This record gives sequence, structure tokens and C-alpha cells, in this order.
Amino acid sequence: MAKQYVDMNTPVIEMRNIVKRFGDFVANDGINLTVHKGEIHAILGENGAGKSTLMNQLYGLLKPTSGDILVNGKKIVMNNPRDAIDAGIGMVHQHFMLVQPFTVTENIVLGTEPTKGVRLDMDTARKNVVEISERYGLSIDPDARIEDISVGMQQRVEILKALYRGADILILDEPTSSLTPQEITELIAIMHNLVKDGKSIIIITHKLKEIKESADFCTIIRMGKYIDTVDVDQVDENDLASMMVGRKVTFKVDKPEQTPGDVVLDVKDLHCLDYRGIEIVKGLNLQVRRGEIVGIAGIDGNGQTELVEVITGLRKGTSGQVLVNGTDVFNKSPSFGFAHGVSSIPADRQKHGLVLDFSIEDNLILQNYERDPYAKNSVLQRGPIFTHASQSIEKYDIRPSGSEKRAAGTLSGGNQQKVIIAREVQNDKDLLIAVNPTRGLDVGAIEYVHKYIVDQRNKGKAVLLVSFELDEIMSLSDIIDVIFDGRIVASIPGGEANENDLGLMMAGGGKKA
Amino acid sequence: MTRKKSFFDFIAENRFIHILFSIILGFLVGAIFLAVMGLSIGAAYGRLLGSVTSLKGFSYVIVYAVPYVVAGLSVAFSFKTGVFNIGAEGQFVVGSMAAVCTGILGASLPKPLLIPLCFLAAMAAGAVWGIIVGVLKTKWGINEVLSMIMFNWIAFYLSNFIAGIPAIKNEGTAEATKNISENASMLFSKDFIKSAGLAPTANWGFIVAIIVTLIAWFIIEKTTLGFELKAVGSNRFAAEYGGINVNRSILTALAISGALAGLAGALQVMGMGKRISIFTSQEGFGFAGIVVALIGCSNPFGVLIAGLFYGALMYGGSKLNLEGVPTQLISVIVGTVVFFIAISVIFNKFSGIHFGRERGANGGALKAADKKEEKK
Repeated sequence: MAKQYVDMNTPVIEMRNIVKRFGDFVANDGINLTVHKGEIHAILGENGAGKSTLMNQLYGLLKPTSGDILVNGKKIVMNNPRDAIDAGIGMVHQHFMLVQPFTVTENIVLGTEPTKGVRLDMDTARKNVVEISERYGLSIDPDARIEDISVGMQQRVEILKALYRGADILILDEPTSSLTPQEITELIAIMHNLVKDGKSIIIITHKLKEIKESADFCTIIRMGKYIDTVDVDQVDENDLASMMVGRKVTFKVDKPEQTPGDVVLDVKDLHCLDYRGIEIVKGLNLQVRRGEIVGIAGIDGNGQTELVEVITGLRKGTSGQVLVNGTDVFNKSPSFGFAHGVSSIPADRQKHGLVLDFSIEDNLILQNYERDPYAKNSVLQRGPIFTHASQSIEKYDIRPSGSEKRAAGTLSGGNQQKVIIAREVQNDKDLLIAVNPTRGLDVGAIEYVHKYIVDQRNKGKAVLLVSFELDEIMSLSDIIDVIFDGRIVASIPGGEANENDLGLMMAGGGKKA
Repeated sequence: MTRKKSFFDFIAENRFIHILFSIILGFLVGAIFLAVMGLSIGAAYGRLLGSVTSLKGFSYVIVYAVPYVVAGLSVAFSFKTGVFNIGAEGQFVVGSMAAVCTGILGASLPKPLLIPLCFLAAMAAGAVWGIIVGVLKTKWGINEVLSMIMFNWIAFYLSNFIAGIPAIKNEGTAEATKNISENASMLFSKDFIKSAGLAPTANWGFIVAIIVTLIAWFIIEKTTLGFELKAVGSNRFAAEYGGINVNRSILTALAISGALAGLAGALQVMGMGKRISIFTSQEGFGFAGIVVALIGCSNPFGVLIAGLFYGALMYGGSKLNLEGVPTQLISVIVGTVVFFIAISVIFNKFSGIHFGRERGANGGALKAADKKEEKK
């Protein structure tokens, strides 16, 4: 995009030679960052590269070990986010910090409420909110409750909150991670409106496509070190990816043509309730055959989470059937499903996937600790357990090597995911369910995870892929099932899908199958 | 890139050093109290040390330590498995009462039969006390800490009630049970005690305590049961996802923890107590078990050592009034030690090492550190 709003003569943020140490670990090692007025600046880096550490220093959550931060040309020291806010810096976190039962207006003014005497002056508050939202084209219903509005709308509220506090520089942390394609387009439009008005935006992301679409400049960080700042127009996605991971990255998933076999997973007329006791899966039908990947595309909250929980035995359904190779695992325990062929890569790897306090070797036998050769007469056999871990670490490139006895919690996100994949793939079950398997991972790790999922398909396993990343669904799936309002509303061969149609169907519109 | 390690780094790095440091601080604070009261620090601590280092004194320490060690194992076991057994007190009480009743009513049985029977009765009673709480938790989600505290009181009054039943109550004027049968006693023979110059209550209990320590360690570290319980304790969601029956694990953990506390009660009455008085307040062996488990880092061998330390303080402390020092000094020291162990956070804060200690290949530590920072 053209840098039409960038004023190269007016730097608003200068971070000079920032070094941040935790003990003797160097998280940021001499990082420079300059952001100008009217600029959208992307910070790109792998997980653990030091992006968040850098931004947390800019937002006063962490103090640099050495180096200077200049805001509008003046050197400042920030002790807490309050100082950052006073300096005109606002941050929208990846996980929103909103009070669910409060209205949009109440959330935006929270902490800086206008008052009349001792009473809240909500009329003025509402007027101010409407004024700002109109000024930046962030249309929103000021009286809606947060719990009733979509994730994209909640993000607008977060942005408005920062603007309301007088932010001229906005830091957006992984802003697109839970948005639909349409919402992403809208967000990019909003960002352009903001820079037009002289604001500056820093986005932390590892999505290359969005950087290309929205940012003017991009600073790349790798393993705590400053790599480069590039003009986004001068580079392509491959250049960005190589700079980020330090080697060549292939995006294309190699997937041979293959005729699917027998039905492995057969979900029939499934109904279940969500945690509030409201029906969320409403008569869902789904089939996955041997040697195919079925991708479930849908916006979070349309029943996909509950669907997976019922299949894996974590949630009780109200009615229906879940046949795995002909055995009904509906409303049985997770271990029953496991014994009959269900393995899964859970959505929340730290909550469901791993026992973080346990060593890698123990996590690798989490379902098999009672089985030969890992246990004999109920006594754990450390030898075979260790050997199994060593082999898995080597085969699945879990880093650092030699970490058999390390706690899983000390690994990076990508390597934690590799531990889960190593475990589930080696369980060698007929059905593999993967839920957001690459969430929060960088391109290097994503490439790796995708390879293993496709490998399972090529080996004749049935794979059910649930993901909020449309790109992932589209590049991996043989069949894409669109879920909306607790039902599969369309089933499209993977090759024939396009992002716009899918996006529309996910939102309940478009053609139905 | 290596930074010179500060004093705080050193302490935060090593659990053992941290505990040792806390113990030293405990004695320092005790010394301050002594100084304020105008008492001789040297005389008080000298008496404390002197009274536990003689052969006889040390045999007393061991006798004192046995119930603390086993109660400590009970709590440590619960810590490892993610439940906080604050109910060890009540389980100890029902355990000791079960052992006393068995020891009185089974007087006609031979020693090799009666002693194991007393143990079994005590462990069963303690386990049942634990399981009731477990069922309340798993079936109806009732917070185990609350129900355990209530069950401590139920145990207390139940014990007082049973002690008043004619078949159990002392025939004399004492407000206590009868003494247990000689066949249920674990005391060394009188001749041996005399010739070796041991404490008159020296008994076989410490052998049992060592065996139980080994068994607890074996279960926690070596068996599939321990694996399962620890997995549930660390992350019940991942455990459930991995196919472990979480509710059954919680019940098992509470049953084992309760059985251990019950056994501690049996060892107390079959070793030195002989009978149970009608109490006016809780005795606190189970609560002491919490302290011992904390000092012992919930590691069975650590608990063994911590139990001996606690026993030494209790026995040595009882001799302090010979120097005109109030025995409450011991409570001050123990309280301070526990305080400094519990605030390990402070050392971590000053050290910075907490963040960087465990590094992933590409900055796992950084991620963890970021998380910690975000929570602030």
C-alpha cells in the first residue's frame, strides 16, 4: 500500500538499542524500532522471538535492562501502563480485557468515567463514545452488552477504549487471531482510517498476508535479535518468512491425490448443550473416511468446540450417535474413545494437551502409562519410557534435544505442540482430531504440524480438522464442512472452496448444500 | 552474558538451601525474642541442642518424631496429588481412637495379630474420614478444605464421645480411655530400654515410619498409581483428556492420605500415648503434619528429616523452662520457619532467576516470563 499518511519527518516512537534480560537470558538484544506519525508498523517474529517483551516495555509492563525509549522525541521512563497511557500509547491485548455484562459505553469509560458530583454521568459518556466511534468509522452500538456482541465488535470496543484514553499510538497484539475474513478486512479499513487521522499503529503478528495488506513497514526480530526493518512494498511473503525463521520456508502442503476409504467417524443427528445449558449442537451430521482430511470451517461459538468435546468424551451430549469404526462412543469416557480409535490434538495444549509440570517423557506416555513396556505390574519402567522419549524427541525434532527429563512447561509453544503431535501420531489410532493445531505457532512450526497431519491422511487415517484459520482449512482439507449454528450447512470439496464464499457461509449466508 | 549471581539467586535456585535459610531465620527471630525478654540466647539454644543430642535425648526425639513424620507423609501425599489434606487432624484422631478401641477390645489376641489389626483399624478409619470428604467433593463439588475442617471437629467430638463409653472408659477417675492391651504396645522391652539407656517410651514406631516413608516414595515416584495421581494433581484437564478417571483419582488420593494420617494416630497411641484423654481442644498432630510436609518439600525423605527436626524442637522445647524460657518460643521459631518457606515468592522476585532459569530452545523462558508479566 502507498505510504500516503506516513510523515517520515515525525517519529513518534523510537526504541534505541533495547536490551532486556531475565536473569542471564537475553530476551531482547539490541532492538531498534522507529515508528512515524501515520504509520502502520508490523513487528514480525516467531514465538518467543521477543515481540511481546519488546511491546511490554513500550507499554510500561516491563522495564528495559538498557536502551532508551523516546516518545515524540522525548526520552521517557515508564514504570507502569499508566505512564504509557499518559504518553499517548494504547494497547489492545490478544485476549480482550472487557467486562462481559457491562455495555459498550460502560466498558469504554471504565476507570475514567465522567461524573456529575458523585454520580456517574453516563449521558456524557455515551455522547463521547458515539463521537469517537463516528470520527474513526468504528460503528458500534454503544448500549449493547459485551456478552451479546461478536469478537470483531469486542475488538472495536478495545480500540475505542484506547482512543478514548487519548492514545495516538496503538499497539495491537495479534489482532486478527480470532476474526473472520470479513472482520479482518474491516479491521484493516479501520486501521487505515486511524492513520489517516494521524494515529500510528504497531501490530504484532506472524501472519504474513496481513502484513502485506496493511503495514507500511515491518521490523523483524529473531531470537531476541534485531534482523531488519523493511519497506513492506519491497518484499514478498517468502522474503518475510525467511527473514523471520532464518531459512527458506515452503508454504505449499504436498498432498497426493488419494481415494478415501471406509467411513471411520460417523456422527449422526448429534445434539448437545453448552456450558450454560443452551443447545449448541443441533442435529449435526458428519462423516470422515479413511485417508481424508475433513476440515470444519466456522466462527468460534457455532458448536465446533462442543462437537469435539462430545466425540472425545469430555462432554455429554443429549442425543445422537458417534460411531468410530462402527462402535458407538457417544457419552462414553475419554479412555473408552481412545481404546476404540480416537486420538486428538486438543485446542488448548496447555490445559488439555499437557501436564506442564510433568517431564517430556511422562507427557509422551500420558495415555499409555499403564501399558507394556512402560509399566510392569503397575510399576513404571523408566528405561523404556526414556528410550521412547529419546526416539520421539529425535523423530519429531522436539527442541532442545536431550530434554527427556525437562518439564513440558519450559518448552516453547511450538515444541509443546510437537510433543502432543508425537504422542498422538504414535498412538496410531484410526481417527485423529486436530483442533486449531497451529494456533499461536510461527510459520516454521506450522509447516511442520501440517506435514504430520497430511502424513496421517496419507497413511490412511481419518483426520478431522477444526480450525479458525481459513487458510489452514483450505490448504489441508479434502472436504470442507461449514458449521453454522450447530449444524453442518455446507460440504464442499477442498479444491473448490474460496475464502469469500466460505466466509459468507460461516456467517450463515450464501449458498447452502 | 552471565551476570554475577546474587544472594537471592542462590536461595531461589535451591529448594534445600531455601529451607535451611528459613530455619536459620526462625532461630534468629527466636533469638530476638529471647534478647527482648532479657534471657540468655546461648543458655536457651544450648539447652535446646543439649537436650536432643544425648543418646537418651535423641531416643526421645525419635519417639516424638514418629507421628509427625507419618502425619507429614499424609499431607505431603495429598500435596503431590493436588488436594490439600487439612483434614489430617481429624483422620489422625479417628485413627488413634480406632487403634485404641482395637487395642482395648482385642486384648485377648496375640501380639503379632493385634498390632497389625490396630494398624489396619486406624488406617481404615482415617481412609473413611478422607473418602467421605472426597465423595462430598466429587459428587457435589463441596470444597474439600471446608468439609475437612468440619470433619476435624466431628472427629474431635466423636473421639471424646467414644472415650466416655463404659467399655472404653478408664475405670479410675481419669477422663480418658483405658490403656491399650500390652499386646498392642510397640514399646521395646523394659530390660532393653534400661540397659541401652533409652527413653522409657522408646518403641518400634520409627521402623514403621521408615517403611511407610519408603512405600510412600515408591507409590509417588515409581508406580502407575502415583503417575495417575500426580497427573490429576498437576493438571486434571489434561489427565482427563488422557483418559484418567479424575474423580476416582481424587478419592484414591484422599483415601491413601487419610489412611496415612490414621496410621500416624495409631503409632502415637501404640508407642508413647497408651490411651486417649478426653480433650478440651484439638491436639494438632495433623496440623503439625502440614508444617512437616512444608519443611520437607512434600518429598517423603524430606518429610522424614523434617519430622525429626520437628520432633527435636518439640522435645527440646519442653526442656526450655529449665532455663526459665517459655516453651512458646518453639512456636515462634516454627511459625517463622513456615513463614519464610511460604514466602518463597520474595526470593524469586529479588533474584530474577525465576524468569530465566529454565530456558527453552527458542525462548520458552521468555514466553513464560511474558506470561508472568502479563498477570501483573
